[in-house]
Amino acid sequence: MNGRAQMNIVIVGHVDHGKSTVIGRLLADTGSLPQGKLEAVRESCRRNAKPFEYALLLDALKDEQAQGITIDMARCFFNTAARDYIIIDAPGHIEFLKNMITGASRAESALLVIDADEGIKENSKRHGQMVAMLGVKQVTVLANKMDLVGFSEAVFEKLKADYTAFLEAINVTPVSFIPISAREGDNIASHSERMEWYTGATVLEQLDQFVSEKESHEKPFRFPVQDIYKFTRSNDDRRIVAGTVAAGRVQVGDEVLFLPSNKKSVVQSIESFNTEPKNGASAGEATGFTLATQIYVRPGELMVKPGESQPQVGSRFRVNIFWVGRAPMIRNKSYKLKIGSARATVKLAEICSTLDASDLTSSQSKQQIDCRDVAECILETSRPIAFDTTAVSEATGRFVIVDNFEIAGGGVVVENLSVGETLLQQHIRDRESNWEAGLVRTEQRAIANRHRAKFIVFTGSKGTGKRAVAKALEQGLFQNGMNAYYLGVANIDRGLDADLGSHSDSAGERLRRIGELARILTDAGLIFITTIDDADDYDIETLKLLNEPNDILVVNRGESSFSRYQPDLQLVDGKAVADAVTLVAAFLKAKEIIIDYQI
Amino acid sequence: MDHLDKLEAQSVYILREAYREFKSLCMLWSIGKDSTVMLWLARKAFFGHVPIPLVHIDTHYKIPEMIAYRDRFALEWNLNMIYGENSEALAEKQTFPDGNTDRLTCCKYLKSEALKHTLSGEWPRYRMNHDERRYVVDEGREPYTGVIVGVRADEEGSRSKERYFSPRDKDNVWDVGDQPPEFWNQFKTDFAPGTHVRIHPLLDWTEQNIWEYIEREKIPVVSLYFNQGEGTRYRSLGCYPCTNPVLSDAQTVPEIIDELKSGKFSNIAERSGRAQDSEDGGLETLRRDGYM
Repeated sequence: MNGRAQMNIVIVGHVDHGKSTVIGRLLADTGSLPQGKLEAVRESCRRNAKPFEYALLLDALKDEQAQGITIDMARCFFNTAARDYIIIDAPGHIEFLKNMITGASRAESALLVIDADEGIKENSKRHGQMVAMLGVKQVTVLANKMDLVGFSEAVFEKLKADYTAFLEAINVTPVSFIPISAREGDNIASHSERMEWYTGATVLEQLDQFVSEKESHEKPFRFPVQDIYKFTRSNDDRRIVAGTVAAGRVQVGDEVLFLPSNKKSVVQSIESFNTEPKNGASAGEATGFTLATQIYVRPGELMVKPGESQPQVGSRFRVNIFWVGRAPMIRNKSYKLKIGSARATVKLAEICSTLDASDLTSSQSKQQIDCRDVAECILETSRPIAFDTTAVSEATGRFVIVDNFEIAGGGVVVENLSVGETLLQQHIRDRESNWEAGLVRTEQRAIANRHRAKFIVFTGSKGTGKRAVAKALEQGLFQNGMNAYYLGVANIDRGLDADLGSHSDSAGERLRRIGELARILTDAGLIFITTIDDADDYDIETLKLLNEPNDILVVNRGESSFSRYQPDLQLVDGKAVADAVTLVAAFLKAKEIIIDYQI
Repeated sequence: MDHLDKLEAQSVYILREAYREFKSLCMLWSIGKDSTVMLWLARKAFFGHVPIPLVHIDTHYKIPEMIAYRDRFALEWNLNMIYGENSEALAEKQTFPDGNTDRLTCCKYLKSEALKHTLSGEWPRYRMNHDERRYVVDEGREPYTGVIVGVRADEEGSRSKERYFSPRDKDNVWDVGDQPPEFWNQFKTDFAPGTHVRIHPLLDWTEQNIWEYIEREKIPVVSLYFNQGEGTRYRSLGCYPCTNPVLSDAQTVPEIIDELKSGKFSNIAERSGRAQDSEDGGLETLRRDGYM
């Protein structure tokens, strides 16, 4: 009953070249129209004294009919003897590129419609380029409106030669070219008697010949962690790592690795609801796992198998991007990157070249990426993320950029470039070379204060009482005559960070501000103490860099989120606050940060 | 994976994405077959749990079986069940059955307005108290910023244009002509203050897929969908004054599937029994104004 195959097809092309007519025809000729729909459109035509057109079946919305163009992608369903199709009608009008992308990125194959009479237009090329970049592998070109050129073979061959040359330039090999008249029905469902020189497939035959993409079971296992669930309140103690398998397969008992945190565990069970127990999960399945060991993983990590080809981990990479944002993409602005299940703050580091997709002219000199540009550029995230280059794995090599709440661009990763100076390092170098120092020297402050300046970060998982220790340390140091200051992070949320809102995307910016604040307070000679829940390697490396040239000291209490970073001091969870403070003070003394400490 | 597995996986992905990104999230449950399948998919996504409140707009003209069914499963599946209503329009009898408005205006008052104000928290929300097994006025008045809705693209023209994640502005208005792009499986999960996002996990499902999935999973649906011996059944559920049963002998889910595939309904639109659709502007006018 459910065995029928299904395929998503997108129809693209320049405005008025007849995409909707092709679909209307396909629906009508395969008998896929609900009775109500055809009658409603015929009735509307009769009321408005307009001739009935197949395109009207799709342009179901009122204002579309008024404008006479498809303003969004409409989906329609039809089937042939071979399989079921979802046809996505992507608008050809240039203003609606966003909709065309939405349609094409869901499709396995594309029909690209070109008006044989009007010839190749700007969007014929732009859409060809977009379809290729979005990863649609099978493209058939329909030379429409052959009735307007007298069903001429010469016109068809000329169009075929010209457009093939264009596609070759962008490394696309079309599956086929078909001469049609959608309005008259030629070569749609049956072979045209008026074009006997054409012996290839009709559109319907071609659709059935498209090959369905193989699910990528054989590829290395990739599982972007979408979320971690624990429904304790509903009396469920399972801790489930949930997501959709992007590639490959995994089985109970397999060792797994989480990136970029580098944590390892073993798959203990595969969880599901209302199914038989499962022993494995493979590409395409939305599933969940429990792990044999309790490790702390975050949503956004990439779960892989250590024995297989590994993904990249990095924060700087070369990409191909296409931009559809209202505002151009510019340097020194923070955007949000979404790749797989990971989200990161990202900046445009460099533009290598931009391409005008309609005429394929390229420019090396542009300073920004404008709407509808295709660009090769270098992006840098505030923290390393795990990904693949798109040549290796499409599903984990594609990303989008969010600007001002909107998806403004999308692209594919071409190369990992995690060497060389990062934007943060550049910033620190620039900041320090321009730092305006006062007349009081650091050593003078240390002598007068009888202690050196230090940025002390308490971290570890939530609820380990690290705040109590941090506050007690401040008090102890103060009572010993030292300039110590404890800052609760929540105070920053309501003050310095009030502009950031409560959204988790601004985590990178919050961290930057704490780091910059530490740079100032340690410069003032303070022992500056704060706490951060679950800081990981990158958090601490970032804070350390931001606090330069001053020193940072990291104290971890309880379970840590570090994989490589060794905290300066490890406190056992559950130890009395006073004892913990004594330990930290002794450590400060041993490191010659403070001279003396009396309890 | 077969076709239903793929549809299920995509819907589960969307539900998890919504749950991850929207702090104040709810799911609309009309009690009909589509949103009941959606509720089932949430149990799939969250491994038997439904960590999202379910909101039902009660027009008080719903067929009584629907309300009984709602409350039964709210208790049985431990749902965080909420309903809202337009008590003012009901009290003043500003409805079509009372003869004081036309059908579309009645829909606007009892559904669109009630929904808008229940989502925003301006009007009272009634929450199922599982200990007392009855509804009590809910303390929570926080506006929902993510609203999961079970519309399908094949239902009618305007719904075929929807995105999986579809923004609505402060006045609940849907700008059909300027929607955000959806690349691959990345959706609009960021939203400006005061706006909200409608989430559509069932967009790619057809009416037939819904019934096939109900059959496969053995999902309990309201008995109104089946012929109880009188030769009629409901194909689409709504308020009793405006929803008519269709002539059908189908008494089981497989019989319904046969009817849709090759039988009498294989080429008749699903909402043909819904009277408000044939009035001027119909569903599209309602939807622009916040109707689902």
